[in-house]
Amino acid sequence: MKKLIVGLFIALLPALGLAAGAAVPLDHMEPDHTDKASLQRGAALFTNYCMGCHSMEYARYKRVADDLEIPVELYEENLIFTGAKIGELMKNSMSKDMAAGWFGAPPPDLTLETRLRGESWVYSYLRGFYKDDSRPLGVNNVVFDNVGMPHILVEMQGLCAVKPNIGVGASVEPLSGNVNNADACPDYATEGSMSGAEFDQAMWDLTNFMSYMGDPVKVERERLGIFVLIFVAIFFVFAYLLNREYWKDVH
Amino acid sequence: MQKLINWVDERLPIVEAWNKHLAKYYAPKNFNVWYFFGSLAMLVLVNQLVTGIWLTMSYNPSAEGAFASVEYIMRDVEWGWLLRYLHSTGASAFFVVVYLHMFRGLMYGSYQKPRELIWIFGMLIYLVLMAEAFMGYLLPWGQMSYWGAQVIVNLFGAIPVIGEDLSLWIRGDYLISGITLNRFFALHVVALPIVLLGLVVLHILALHEVGSNNPDGIEIKKNKDENGIPKDGIPFHPYYTVHDLLGVGVFFFIFFIVVFFFPEMGGLFLEKPNFEPANALKTPDHIAPVWYFTPFYAMLRAVTVDFMGLPAKFWGVVVMGGAIAILFVLPWLDRSPVRSIRYKGWLSKIALAIFAVSFVILGYLGLVPATEGRTTVAQILTVLYFLYFILMPFYTRMENTKPVPERVTG
Repeated sequence: MKKLIVGLFIALLPALGLAAGAAVPLDHMEPDHTDKASLQRGAALFTNYCMGCHSMEYARYKRVADDLEIPVELYEENLIFTGAKIGELMKNSMSKDMAAGWFGAPPPDLTLETRLRGESWVYSYLRGFYKDDSRPLGVNNVVFDNVGMPHILVEMQGLCAVKPNIGVGASVEPLSGNVNNADACPDYATEGSMSGAEFDQAMWDLTNFMSYMGDPVKVERERLGIFVLIFVAIFFVFAYLLNREYWKDVH
Repeated sequence: MQKLINWVDERLPIVEAWNKHLAKYYAPKNFNVWYFFGSLAMLVLVNQLVTGIWLTMSYNPSAEGAFASVEYIMRDVEWGWLLRYLHSTGASAFFVVVYLHMFRGLMYGSYQKPRELIWIFGMLIYLVLMAEAFMGYLLPWGQMSYWGAQVIVNLFGAIPVIGEDLSLWIRGDYLISGITLNRFFALHVVALPIVLLGLVVLHILALHEVGSNNPDGIEIKKNKDENGIPKDGIPFHPYYTVHDLLGVGVFFFIFFIVVFFFPEMGGLFLEKPNFEPANALKTPDHIAPVWYFTPFYAMLRAVTVDFMGLPAKFWGVVVMGGAIAILFVLPWLDRSPVRSIRYKGWLSKIALAIFAVSFVILGYLGLVPATEGRTTVAQILTVLYFLYFILMPFYTRMENTKPVPERVTG
């Protein structure tokens, strides 16, 4: 019986090959919501560079300040530009209708972006811009073809002259010891203020922050989960003993 | 305490009810692991009701506010994230335990005479559960909520003559809108739960009238001792109440691993496109229903030819409906003199294995985008699914069965 089921599965396996879609290769990004310093740097980057256009309207400033251990006064002074109160939702002042006129589509809200597209996608996308004079804003993106967003971080990264090698990863040549692709962009049209590695770290922080915003309770949830599972395991031991006691005379 | 019980009992037969359904309900003593899923389904039902009531307290059933109110529950409501994950994971868990519960019925012939009504009430529960899950899935008002509902409601449009008007009537609008959301909310939180609870009561009353089947498919009431108690029976309470606690422990362990560590289950329980608000102007690349509907969705897509002047889509709906409808007549398709798969012949065993494997692979095929090769596989598997039922009157009668023992075998 079991052999038969296994046999049937194997016979049908070739038909089940995974979708051979034209998926864009991505650089892997594993977020770490316990790295408060990284999340704080990411919050600063997001507020300064992204929030002019992108809201995070399902989240509140206060929650971010508390979770990231940023004092409220410091947060209000440096990370709220709209005059909003600390307890308010993280909206911005850009009108959606006007934005649609400027960019073709209004910039999406980014509270849940990492849960929609995944951290690796966001991390790759942020590092995927390159010079393309055929586009209205002069840039294109290897992860998001014909993107409507300008390369907002060009002063930091510089502008890559060719398509950056996203999804390839750095490798060491065994004979010469040379590191290939340490910087995803092999050739810059204009230099930025950061080195390739520095920019990668900054984008890692930014992605990490966005990942935290998508799922702010993750660390707490997983911490509690351990206790819940321990409780259930202990409950099971007692249930097992109780059951054994009742059933010992049943034959 | 005893006085109070007596006082109530003179006015309402609570002692009799307790005895009939628990303390003196004699269940076969040879239940195996497959018999946990009935009580687990009750457990998940309670979970869905309780978490659902609390979610309703903070949810806003409007096209403008629904998506934001779900995020409000996830972020601002105390323990709201836990309530929602318990509810969303519970929905999938409900189908897991119900599918296993139904498979148990298939294996041990629990639908056979005299348990036809139990099976039919169970099938009605399954139908209502599907409607409940479908309507609940629209409520978060994400992209997949919206387009999933769009696809399913449009299926009614495939019915000749009345189809278009029927889907318009269901939606209450020319496309899925806030009006649809509001009526689905009403049905999801009021109407269907009432029907569901009523059916669960009928399912259990019918079960306790004729008694439980068991892995040997033996009627334990045929062998009673001098007090009229089945020799192979054992009081449900306390024996099976403590026994079911074991199942609860194992179930909760797995359930909470998902709730606390993998609430999205890799996009299977909470689909990724649903983290974007519903947008009537933007169709997602790939619309897939939640995993528990995918076997039937694969059958729907497997029908690709027009027939008798009616479009393939119509026949797809017929096949999909037929796949569920045929389960209702199962008790009259099985002509075997024995109940349990243990004593049926090898034809029944192979048929059940092919059926189960087909169902699982169809579930996978309904989840991924269709290609030519996959559609062919889905077509073959759909035929196999139906053959399990259509040929059942023949192979159950033809095959040689093994002798059934007098007493249960443990």
